Amino acid sequence: MFYMLTLSHVLTFSALLFTLGLAGIVLNRRNIIAILMCIELMLLAVSINLVGTSYFRADIAGQIVSMFILTVAAAELAIGLAIVTLFFRNRGTIEIDAADLMKG
Amino acid sequence: MLPDLIFALFATGILVGAGLIIAARNPMLGMLGMLVTFVNAAGLFILFGAEFLGLLLIMVYLGAIAVMFLFVLMTIDQEFFQLKDKGRAYLPLGLITVGVLAAEFILAANFGLFSTNITVLPATEQPQNIVQIGTVLFTTYALPFQLSGLVLLTAMVGAIVLTHRPRPGVRRQSITQQVLRTKNEGLTMTKPKTGQGLGTQTAKHWKPKSVSK
Repeated sequence: MFYMLTLSHVLTFSALLFTLGLAGIVLNRRNIIAILMCIELMLLAVSINLVGTSYFRADIAGQIVSMFILTVAAAELAIGLAIVTLFFRNRGTIEIDAADLMKG
Repeated sequence: MLPDLIFALFATGILVGAGLIIAARNPMLGMLGMLVTFVNAAGLFILFGAEFLGLLLIMVYLGAIAVMFLFVLMTIDQEFFQLKDKGRAYLPLGLITVGVLAAEFILAANFGLFSTNITVLPATEQPQNIVQIGTVLFTTYALPFQLSGLVLLTAMVGAIVLTHRPRPGVRRQSITQQVLRTKNEGLTMTKPKTGQGLGTQTAKHWKPKSVSK
């Protein structure tokens, strides 16, 4: 059985994707690169949300904001990977548990 | 009916890729999942009429971000299979958090404000997607557009500053010394004789200064 595609379906799907990304961050206790990938996943979920809303409302603003999200994602990833490189140079590993300087 | 099927196809692809990302022990495999995810997301965007954004997604994510990830993975000499896996200790709390969040989101999406049935406005007589974006982006959103350029510049400078390290033995240009050089120490007038050239004659006043680190 197929339903007519509505905004709710798109929102539900992007909520699922966002939650998957969050689950990746919460449950993954291994390396920092996987966490960066999961952040990208969450940003993608938000982007899908905006583009879907833009389609159903016939308003271009959602796509514009989605573009800004793309920009911020690229910037965040550049800084994040620089920090990962720096972290590996200082600690010799990219384990998350190696980042224990502040006893968190 | 057909767009619904295509939506389901792309959504399944995205979810499979996302599952690959969060389940992969080897980040290289996670990279593969990311590629699957973003190709399908680009398809989804194009299905929603955002052609420009879909192609941009392929260009930025698959062309730039994936390559950046692969560069970092190559430069990091890490045995990924030897990393400790402490996921079990946080599993119950994590599952509760994620489950509650997912339930909230899905309830809000289906029974909240957004559940009102919004019909798609007819797409007739609309200009192309790229024309629409350009018309709005360079007028209404001109300032945020320039600010996003500033964000990218900050990220670039930040990444360079973070990863740059001065190494000993590498000579760098000292602009101050270059500018402060006078004519006497930089220039020597000689009169070579015919057929002999300069020979062993060297500059009298020129003394190499100590190279600054």
